[in-house]
Amino acid sequence: MSAIVNYDEVEVGTELPAQSFPVTRATLVQYAGASGDFNPIHWNEAFATSVGLPDVIAHGMFTMAEAVRVVTDWVVDPGAVVEYGVRFTKPVVVPNDEAGAVIEVTGKVAAKLDDRRVRVDLVATSAGQKVLGMSRAVVQLA
Amino acid sequence: MPLDPAFVGRTYPPTPAYEVGREKIREFAEAVRDANPAYTDREAAKALGHPDVVAPPTFPFVITYRAAAQVVQDPELGLDFTRVVHGDQRFVYNRPVRAGDRLSVTCVIDSIKSLAGNDVLSVRGEVADESGEHVVTAYMTLVARAAEGE
Repeated sequence: MSAIVNYDEVEVGTELPAQSFPVTRATLVQYAGASGDFNPIHWNEAFATSVGLPDVIAHGMFTMAEAVRVVTDWVVDPGAVVEYGVRFTKPVVVPNDEAGAVIEVTGKVAAKLDDRRVRVDLVATSAGQKVLGMSRAVVQLA
Repeated sequence: MPLDPAFVGRTYPPTPAYEVGREKIREFAEAVRDANPAYTDREAAKALGHPDVVAPPTFPFVITYRAAAQVVQDPELGLDFTRVVHGDQRFVYNRPVRAGDRLSVTCVIDSIKSLAGNDVLSVRGEVADESGEHVVTAYMTLVARAAEGE
């Protein structure tokens, strides 16, 4: 595996380039098809509100997929991710309009580990609310 | 009825192999709008040391979620799936999933807890390739919200 980021050039606190990921209803329909998760809370407003949600919400796994892109775009090789976990704390609410919602993700190196690995802590928010908790990746650096 | 803690440790039979197709990886990468060439361009993946295109880090969930149906739909366990939300998710990788993999998942119930009337079920999916080599472990926590009035 060949990450382009060198362990020796990274410090605790090093920030990864932040990114914003737009998500519309069309995105969710496409993700439903690709992932096989057709739960109607992700595309049917009437169903979503009937189970107490404010509106259609994004798949948690979609948000998880977007958040780790801050890591994989940084190291280039997706195979450098050796561990990745999140807690789904708040839903990403996706209104039925052109703009949809935006998931904002920042990341920073939280710890330098053995074997030239680092732990990256990610923060993902949407509409000002934190949508993932304990969002952490362990990454193999060069 | 809370879930029976006696199910902790229950191991389900390995699933039939899921064959990971190059175009399936492309479809998934496009759905998450991820243009990393390692997902779609074999030469780019090879340049990074992979024998073929690799899948994005969360792709294994496509396979492990299908496998976990054995658990969530186990009539003996009796989970009310209409009340279930995804609590957390974690992957520990031995290597990335890649095109051509034939993957089998063995699901294990790691824990069953009751918190504030909610059932919290942790299921581990051990993913292995055709040779039996461990590829990735997926840890999933499902929370079944307490029924109204309970």
